Amino acid sequence: MEGHSTYQPQGKVARWFESRLPIMGLLHSSAVAYPTPKNLNYLWTFGAILTFMLGCQIVSGIVLAMHYTAYAPVSFARVEHIMRDVSYGWLIRYIHANGASMFFIAVYIHMFRGMYYGSYKAPREVLWILGVIIYLLMMATAFMGYVLPWGQMSFWGATVITNLFSAIPGIGETIVQWLWGGYSVGDPTLNRFFSLHYLLPFMIAGVVVLHIWALHHVGQNNPDGLDVKSVAKDTVPFTPYATIKDIFAMVVFLLFFSWFIFYIPNYLGHSDNYIPANPLATPAHIVPEWYFLPFYAILRSIPDKLGGVLAMFGAIAVLAFLPWLDTSKVRSARYRPLFRQFFWIFAVVSVGLGYLGSQPAEGGYVIASRILTAYYFIHFLVILPLLGLFERPKPLPASIADAVLARGAKGATAPHAKA
Amino acid sequence: MINRSILFGALASALLLAAPVKAAEGGDRPHRESWSFAGPFGTYDQGQLQRGFKVFREVCASCHSANFLYFRNLAQEGGPGFSEAQAKAVASEYQITDGPNDQGEMFQRPGRLSDHWPAPFPNEQAARVANGGAYPPDFSVLAKARSYHIGFPGFITDAFIQYQEHGVDYIHALLTGYVEPPAGTTVQPGLHYNKYFPGHQIAMPKPLSDGQVEYTDGTPQTEDQYSRDVSAFMMWMAEPHLDARKRMGFQVFIFLILLSGLLYFTKKKVWKNVSH
Amino acid sequence: MAHAETSGTTRRDFIYIATGAVGAVGVAGMVWPFVSQLQPDQSVLALSTTEVDLSPIAEGQIVTVQWRGKPIFIFNRAPKDVEAARAVPMSQLIDPQPDQDRVKSGHENFLVVVGICTHLGCVPLGHQGNYDGWFCPCHGSQYDSSGRVRVGPAPLNLPVPPYTFTSDTKIVIG
Repeated sequence: MEGHSTYQPQGKVARWFESRLPIMGLLHSSAVAYPTPKNLNYLWTFGAILTFMLGCQIVSGIVLAMHYTAYAPVSFARVEHIMRDVSYGWLIRYIHANGASMFFIAVYIHMFRGMYYGSYKAPREVLWILGVIIYLLMMATAFMGYVLPWGQMSFWGATVITNLFSAIPGIGETIVQWLWGGYSVGDPTLNRFFSLHYLLPFMIAGVVVLHIWALHHVGQNNPDGLDVKSVAKDTVPFTPYATIKDIFAMVVFLLFFSWFIFYIPNYLGHSDNYIPANPLATPAHIVPEWYFLPFYAILRSIPDKLGGVLAMFGAIAVLAFLPWLDTSKVRSARYRPLFRQFFWIFAVVSVGLGYLGSQPAEGGYVIASRILTAYYFIHFLVILPLLGLFERPKPLPASIADAVLARGAKGATAPHAKA
Repeated sequence: MINRSILFGALASALLLAAPVKAAEGGDRPHRESWSFAGPFGTYDQGQLQRGFKVFREVCASCHSANFLYFRNLAQEGGPGFSEAQAKAVASEYQITDGPNDQGEMFQRPGRLSDHWPAPFPNEQAARVANGGAYPPDFSVLAKARSYHIGFPGFITDAFIQYQEHGVDYIHALLTGYVEPPAGTTVQPGLHYNKYFPGHQIAMPKPLSDGQVEYTDGTPQTEDQYSRDVSAFMMWMAEPHLDARKRMGFQVFIFLILLSGLLYFTKKKVWKNVSH
Repeated sequence: MAHAETSGTTRRDFIYIATGAVGAVGVAGMVWPFVSQLQPDQSVLALSTTEVDLSPIAEGQIVTVQWRGKPIFIFNRAPKDVEAARAVPMSQLIDPQPDQDRVKSGHENFLVVVGICTHLGCVPLGHQGNYDGWFCPCHGSQYDSSGRVRVGPAPLNLPVPPYTFTSDTKIVIG
């Protein structure tokens, strides 16, 4: 964001303006001249995809808010009004509802990419923690957004999640009543959730600015996990190289997104949410949205109320300590053969927890959830600290340019091994 | 390749652990029917929607409301294809409570296009009293509000084959699922045995039987056909813009594939002289 | 060599222009639904007719009903009001229009107009001003017993909404 540009605007007016507010120089240095490592793969395009998804959610959300009413007796009907009467209302609502899932798909790829290539390690600890904060804000936003259609899953999801806070000893009950604005989830809850659901995305946008600032200050990590030694040899300017690659990836991601919007728009939702909220009858199986399922499985795996809540929040909080839990000096899993295997086990465990979160909490599912929950924490608290001490990493190339060159030579003999 | 084998091993063991457990779901699994509106090029069959509307009007609507169905919807594009005059004629056959008038009283007037389908009962309590304590659910979005347990791997393959018709499958199965209870089953008084209803005991008596509704287009007047037609009509009620959605989806896909192809070549051009 | 260089440049330029053009079409296509949603929705459009029973309106009385969210004045004019309106020469009018064109023949006593001042949208007050019609309190425009503007700043007469008599005492507006 600073120092990469010696931007001189053309023209007298532009120069007059630039000497008073150097905004063009700022944009030029952060979006044009900014040097990106030339060995980045397509996993690095998810940052741009996430920025696009945030914009997409904000724009579609503002439009939906023009037609929606947060008032318990009518909210369900207002959403159907959008779906039926508003010009392209069905499109905009399906964009927003599925957009939330796409946002999480992209953020999970982004996070696992960071874990695989050690993007959280020095000097990127603050960058990583800002990312964890964005993730937390996203979860809060998505949860409150899911309440707004005021269907059965909205209502009972809100009931269950807000009841988590009742586990806090002593003051829990009071906190929950304050969250609800009543003695149960009701119209006051719906209204405050709508207000916060509108506010939080702008807070996310604010933290995203900090996240990008921190990124551009320390520079991007890369698949080889090496520091940039020479800007000329190791990097390419952000525009046009990264820009065109990001746009291409974004359009491919849009293809994936469109599959959901146009052909299976209710696939990721739950049919019970097309039943208006009924405070007197809980649906047979209540499940959160898919992106919360691993944490839901962790919550249910602990037989104690407070313990379950602590484990669930702990599972997210532990991410913030990742830069210090991973003791290895080598960043990329490319050069950490043992870590690479444990990474994949962890990925499978996370998906497994997600599957278990969608199943009823009984019998073998509970046992499986407990095993996987234990492994989740062991991965962070035992395996990662020890791996750094005992693992023997592969030799690192001298520079990014050397790594690219070495792969190029290999690629000449084995074309399928192209990076 | 070691990591790949670990991956599958872990996945397999997770599934094995989960396998012995079966969810305590009552109700048989509905069959998958073939619907005209399924798949990427699916559209509603106007004739079917008109027949389904007839069944809905003459049978279902005596107990079930459809509060989000407006008379104007009947003439809307992508629907049953009634003309505006026909929709007006249907509306005028119903008496709608309006008001208050200048004397401060509610009054009855014939329906207009802007009215929603009149509910058979004034409120939920009245509906329950008239139906032995059970509440006949509103029809507006019911086809999207019903589903059945699909399980692994069906829930994943459905995303690829775009199978979204679980709700209508269930409704059709339920409507045609009234059978004699198996020996040894006691059906509670006021309830009826249904193969597909969760718990098997449903308050709604068998609603459809052969020859009940007159079709003028030569379609067989059978219970099965009535059930299919009214299920399709309910799907349209729940998702009235389905035709437009799938049509636009196809256009968007053609466009995005073209754009991504162009972008791919642009990207290749830009990166031509950089080894990466 | 020179030839190859030229054709390479042309091809590159072509793909850049094609991508940019298709991308611009895509952006426009994405923007359209977000603009289109601003228009009145189907439920608003459906409410476009209002039925009014004229029998309770006494001679000389003005009632206000709502149509599409706007006030509609229905004025049961006395014969002298009708005569006065028809006696005005066209040259004295800001927006010349004969009274005959503003009412339905056979029901000349009933004047039905949209009650919104054509200046800036205020609702004029009935039975006020110097022309037996309306007076707008916002900026002083005056309308006569045919709803025609007689004193500015309003530029046009009060518009007559589309309506039909369904019987001698009932009209449907819209």
